[in-house]
Amino acid sequence: MASSIRVRAIANGETTDVQTLIQHPMDSGFIKDDKGEFIPAHFIQVLTFEHNDRPVFIADWGTAVSKDPYVKFTFKGGAKGDDLKVSWIDNKGETDTATFKIQ
Amino acid sequence: MTIPDGGLPVTRRLILRGAGSVALAGFNVATFRADAAFAAANDRYPDDAFKQKDAKEAIKLLYGRTAEPSDKIKLDAPEIAENGAVVPISVSTSLANVTSIAFVVPENPNVLAAYYKIPQGTMPNVANRLKMAKTSNVTVIVEAGGKLYSATKEVKVTVGGCGG
Repeated sequence: MASSIRVRAIANGETTDVQTLIQHPMDSGFIKDDKGEFIPAHFIQVLTFEHNDRPVFIADWGTAVSKDPYVKFTFKGGAKGDDLKVSWIDNKGETDTATFKIQ
Repeated sequence: MTIPDGGLPVTRRLILRGAGSVALAGFNVATFRADAAFAAANDRYPDDAFKQKDAKEAIKLLYGRTAEPSDKIKLDAPEIAENGAVVPISVSTSLANVTSIAFVVPENPNVLAAYYKIPQGTMPNVANRLKMAKTSNVTVIVEAGGKLYSATKEVKVTVGGCGG
């Protein structure tokens, strides 16, 4: 299965910019379907980024993060070719992990 | 209120919640995921804060105290959001020693939207996209050097992103 995670990590000398898009419904539990029944909450709770086994960014998310979430951050260090490992886990216990090369 | 010297966020929270939750938090970290990232993060998902309906309560649960406004925080959000389902919001700050950044939308059903832990060496800049049920203030809380700072901006929402 194709990864749900898309990452563009670009090293700019002293820092690395990381942009991430994840495919996920991020259902809040407050929206009704066509039959008028609430769609159960289904959302990513924790998203982590590791550079050389060191966490560089940890996102804790609630129900208000948009569908197919986007997040951008910058960390010091990181060189072209380094690995950036990205993992998420949602409120149903589903997870995904992928490793990307810094460009 | 006194703050323990060099106290990490988790340490403060454990102290605030009392010894009874220490065992529970340790249990969660161990079972939640035996992954290096989660273990190294040394913190658990703040489930109770994410379920709060009141902004002040959510901030209190997350940090154990209140924030003071700061002009060193730059909060970028649209004046008017035509689609409340996708509101691009970003923050940057010149405050030093930032350890976390949280986004709070008081008019949403669950007021806490996102809580970002900023390890040492990561810049205190975050951009993300949030859902907004209706016109509301957006407040960003920045934890820096053991203190809490905030900035707020109103976003007018034409079509809500939570009500369906």
